[in-house]
Amino acid sequence: MTPRIFSPLVLFLVVAFLIGPFFIIVAASLSGGETLAFPPQGFSLKWVVKVFTVESFRESFAVSMFLAIGGTAMALVLGIPASYALSRYKLPFGETIRTIVSLPIIVPGIIVGLALLRYIVVPFGFNITLALFLAHTALVLPYAVRVVSASLNNLRSDIEEAAVLLGSSRAGAFFRVVMPNIRSGILAAFILGFVTSFNQVPVSLFLSGPGVRTLPIDMLSYMEITYDPSVAALSALLAFMSIGIVFLAERFLGFSRYV
Amino acid sequence: MSDAPFLSLEKLTLAYGDTVAVKDLDLSIRKGELVAFLGPSGCGKTTTMRSIAGLLTPASGRISLDGTDITRVSANKRSVGLVFQSYALFPHLSVFENVAFGLRLKKLPASDIETRVTAGLKSVGLSKFATRKPAELSGGQQQRVALARSMVMEPKVLLLDEPLSNLDARLRLEMRTELQRVQKETGVTMIFVTHDQGEALSLADRIVVMLNGAIEQIGTPEDIYNRPVSRFVADFVGFENIFAVEGGKLKAANGPIALSESLPPDTAGLAWRPRMVTLGSGPFQGTVRGASFSGSTREYLLDTPLGAIKAEEDAGLAAHQPGTELAFDLPVARAARLERFG
Repeated sequence: MTPRIFSPLVLFLVVAFLIGPFFIIVAASLSGGETLAFPPQGFSLKWVVKVFTVESFRESFAVSMFLAIGGTAMALVLGIPASYALSRYKLPFGETIRTIVSLPIIVPGIIVGLALLRYIVVPFGFNITLALFLAHTALVLPYAVRVVSASLNNLRSDIEEAAVLLGSSRAGAFFRVVMPNIRSGILAAFILGFVTSFNQVPVSLFLSGPGVRTLPIDMLSYMEITYDPSVAALSALLAFMSIGIVFLAERFLGFSRYV
Repeated sequence: MSDAPFLSLEKLTLAYGDTVAVKDLDLSIRKGELVAFLGPSGCGKTTTMRSIAGLLTPASGRISLDGTDITRVSANKRSVGLVFQSYALFPHLSVFENVAFGLRLKKLPASDIETRVTAGLKSVGLSKFATRKPAELSGGQQQRVALARSMVMEPKVLLLDEPLSNLDARLRLEMRTELQRVQKETGVTMIFVTHDQGEALSLADRIVVMLNGAIEQIGTPEDIYNRPVSRFVADFVGFENIFAVEGGKLKAANGPIALSESLPPDTAGLAWRPRMVTLGSGPFQGTVRGASFSGSTREYLLDTPLGAIKAEEDAGLAAHQPGTELAFDLPVARAARLERFG
């Protein structure tokens, strides 16, 4: 094999490996059969319809949406001021703080989940929703800080001084000239955080409890009992949702600049 | 222009943490003056300007403006405008909204804002660009937006940070004229910071030369250019042959040289521009080591017992070839007399 053929072949295999499962899932979800199987037996939309009738899916979807939106919003509320402080001031231990903030990306989710459960949730008797909310906030925070910092670093700090000299207060300058200029960075951070939180499994696995679980966890437990194609249908729907979000983000924000 | 000080700095000391940038600075500026802070980078000129704007709180000392002590007044209440070196326009706002920014904060009626912004943009020749974003303008246009943005606020003092240094030669001349026009029309007191003596000489009514956080000399452009009082200022404005004077004698490389004329007792040094050196006659001898032709003049570098001497002659005169022995004179009558030789 010459390298000329070799590298496109490798590229094709990699792409097939990455995208292939997605097509398999979509095909399996359109199956007319009663069990999750590939190739699908016949064609039917009944499993896609069934997804919307399963009570626990609806509940866990609501939990996941709440965590993804609420946790990401909270992470931004904490992350924007943190990014501002880190990028505008020479803080003692600034680099150390930056590293600590990124830890949830580096440390495996299983460990974060176990640690949160064993040392925070159990001893302090947190309820499950609060524990999940705090965990998702912590998991999204690194993305918020990273993406917002990137926007802030591209923004000259003298525009704030200019605003102050034109009569604005320091805080006013932040809201009038800093926020509008990092808006697309904040939106990008929100989307990245939303997707990260929504697709989160290991931490949620430890913290989910009776009555409160996120959608991915619910899907796992559903599969343990009922091995029908509705899980495939749900997966396909979620994948389309993520693709839709990222597509819109790329279209309107140039999302790839931030990630 | 009245003689009473409009802006005065008294015993002003400015510091970044433990690093003192400006020490015990005293300066008075009259209403309507156009003053240049001139000096090399790190001399404290920008720091001083920032403290006038209120962006830096003095470690000690007093700043007063128009009869009021503003040392502790916050930057947003000082009526001081600043045109940043980078212009610092707001990227998300149109040119119109950039200029309107301060007026909107003052909560002026919309019609007033409209009138003042329109007039402001017209005065800097940018009426046609009102709806553009700053990124769609050239550097020179951006700077004029920044100027209009400060001027519509009718500041008591307008500060400009290196207003000409980012512009090419043609725009520089345009901006220089623009600044002089604005100053003439509005009578605003202007201070600009520069490291370029040419800028300071051509634009300012008065120049404050700074070095190491202190004032070296204050004077009109003519004073600074023709009568520098210290070695640093002499060097900065192009006196290339500078000698210390001790006990009325010139300290040359080969020992003290008695001077033909007596000097005032406080003379610490004498300095000559290259073109003040007389070539072809005089009490001293030197060897031409290098020559360069620069259009209207020829410059020579001489090796002499006094040390290296730079001289300049009209290009119309016959050239001296490198290697020739040449008599020359340093006429004391033409020299700048330095009071400090630190």
